[in-house]
Amino acid sequence: MFIGVDLGSRTIKVVVWQDGKLVDHKIEESGFEPHEQARAMLLPYQPRQIVATGYGRHLAKEHFANKVITEIKAHGMGIHTLLPDVTTVVDIGGQDSKVITLNAKGQVANFQMNDKCAAGTGRFLEIMAASLAYPLKDFGPAALESDQAVQINSMCTVFAESEVISLKNRGVPRQHIAKAVHSSVADRIVAMLNRIGFGESVAFSGGVANNPCIVQMVRDRLENVQVTVPENPSIIGALGAAIAASQVSKS
Amino acid sequence: MNTENFEIKAYPEMWESLNMDVERFDKMRLMLGEIYGKTYLTQKNRPNSMAYFDNMIAEIHGGRIQELLNAKKEGKPVVGTFCVYIPEEIVLAAGGVCVGLCGGSQGSVPDAEKILPRNICPMVKSAFGFKAGRICPYFQAVDFVYGETTCDAKKKTWEILNQMVPTYVMEIPQTKKPSAVDMWLSEVKDFKTKVESIAGSEVTLDKLEEAVKVMNNKRKALQRLNNLRHADPTPISGKDVLLIEQIAFYDEPVRFVAKVNSLCDELEQRIADGVTVQDSSAARIMVAGVPMALPNWKLHNLVEGAGGVIVNEESCIGTRYYKDLMKENTGDMESILKELTRRYMQIDCSCFTPNDERIDQVLKEYKESGAHGLIHYSLQFCHTYNVEEVKIRKACEKQGIPYMFIESDYSPEDVGQIQTRVEAFLEQISE
Ligand code: SF4
Ligand code: SF4
Repeated sequence: MFIGVDLGSRTIKVVVWQDGKLVDHKIEESGFEPHEQARAMLLPYQPRQIVATGYGRHLAKEHFANKVITEIKAHGMGIHTLLPDVTTVVDIGGQDSKVITLNAKGQVANFQMNDKCAAGTGRFLEIMAASLAYPLKDFGPAALESDQAVQINSMCTVFAESEVISLKNRGVPRQHIAKAVHSSVADRIVAMLNRIGFGESVAFSGGVANNPCIVQMVRDRLENVQVTVPENPSIIGALGAAIAASQVSKS
Repeated sequence: MNTENFEIKAYPEMWESLNMDVERFDKMRLMLGEIYGKTYLTQKNRPNSMAYFDNMIAEIHGGRIQELLNAKKEGKPVVGTFCVYIPEEIVLAAGGVCVGLCGGSQGSVPDAEKILPRNICPMVKSAFGFKAGRICPYFQAVDFVYGETTCDAKKKTWEILNQMVPTYVMEIPQTKKPSAVDMWLSEVKDFKTKVESIAGSEVTLDKLEEAVKVMNNKRKALQRLNNLRHADPTPISGKDVLLIEQIAFYDEPVRFVAKVNSLCDELEQRIADGVTVQDSSAARIMVAGVPMALPNWKLHNLVEGAGGVIVNEESCIGTRYYKDLMKENTGDMESILKELTRRYMQIDCSCFTPNDERIDQVLKEYKESGAHGLIHYSLQFCHTYNVEEVKIRKACEKQGIPYMFIESDYSPEDVGQIQTRVEAFLEQISE
């Protein structure tokens, strides 16, 4: 039995991997002492190896993990195992977004991360949803209902928020503003994809992949490209780490 | 020496006499000492000869300053510099001293931002802030600062800096056309006159020939060091070599050469004995781009902390400072000044256009250093390096060189993100 733990900025994900299969997984909001919490999440299992990834990976290694890998490698491995034909992974997490290209063996060929601000990340969507009074899970579906193109021009979270507020105060219906917010995130992701090159098959990972509007908008912006969302995109990083754990023991 | 008993020595009376903000400076001294201890003295298996350079840091705010003050008392000009275009030979020939001024610390940036716009290069802000806050003894001790017209941030900052400390500006051309070379030669002559007027004595041919030898020796010693570190596995960490390249800008040149050469002797022995600082499987990284001024050890620290090792700095605090030598014994003043101009015009700073020599130089150094990947490093708002990055990236892609670009400043806020990127880059290389 092998375990992958992804200590992300917002949630902790655990994946249990046995005999070449995903046998169990867990997701929890992360609290103040993420490593303690992660350790508690692992209590029911007796793994041979634990590999940690995500923001808290080094903390996990100090306390219980055998090895760390970066989120970039973890998402690459996770996606490659589930969807071996994928050439590029788009991972939009809580704090950052990444585009990762893979070679035929599923190894990282190249990658890009967003700049150090929150624009184009899950956090950005959360802040905007709150300012439009949407629960996060309704935000994407609401944006999909809009058929009007409003523009948000600012790349910076703070300025974008004030744009949203001024649109609101001009009486623009909120689903149109929601759509504009989603477009700005989709534009950023597509810009990153264009910079790095992406091949024929793009897959999403990370929590934001649960947002149907983002996925739809990215799909619409890429011609002749297959865009796939795996069944449980939030746990891809932990899955990659669990697979890496199974390989540590082999070598 | 271990982390606990390392401290940068305090000289409060001397600082007082230099009209410094002593209280604040003392806090910065403690912080710098702590960072140095953590970054440098925790390294395993360092060469013994690094002790001299550790001591140069311990004495950075005192011992070396005392030497400068003594030189001044004897009427020797002390020139503060920022850029490798300073014709150091001329200052040395006048019996003077050049000191590179630091511009690599976040600590002085807020002082600068009280006056300068925020969105300019952090190196310019950091350096300016040291003067504005009176928190650098070197800045307080110099007769004048040497500035140049390399980039916009610098050339406009000199006008404001000049209100606080005399700032002499040399015009650096933007191209390498013959007319530009002629212009630079006349700038060199003006600079010589300026230095002579401060020294109160003439720069004679003999003295200039002598100074050329001193500088050539310094450059050769640094070349020797750089060649030795290219050994695989490398006998010295990238952090340590960067430190020496930084100290090169403020140490007394003759003593420095002797110390670098004895370090090199030790490194030769280490190579023979197979002594190394990282696992032999460590990813070897070359860095190219903007200078990392003291105490900017951010990228080296991250790369080496993640298990990689840096084997080359293509940068002004790096090979751009020492790759070119001058011909010796040219015979007459006009020829020697022409030769000096020729040497300095070989510097491939991104402020020139076109600057394709630099692309070739980067590829050449990459090969020589036996690196496995290249990181191009730029400071935020440095337009010339940031734009030139496009060409460097293309060239690396064409050669199949694993490549990453990092644009950063001195603040700690992006350390987490850069760490992830660096670790992922090392994973990518070792696969
Ligand atoms: S990068 Fe250019 S401007 Fe900066 S120190 Fe080097 S030569 Fe001077
Ligand atoms: S790093 Fe760039 S912007 Fe900063 S001083 Fe050097 S050339 Fe100018």
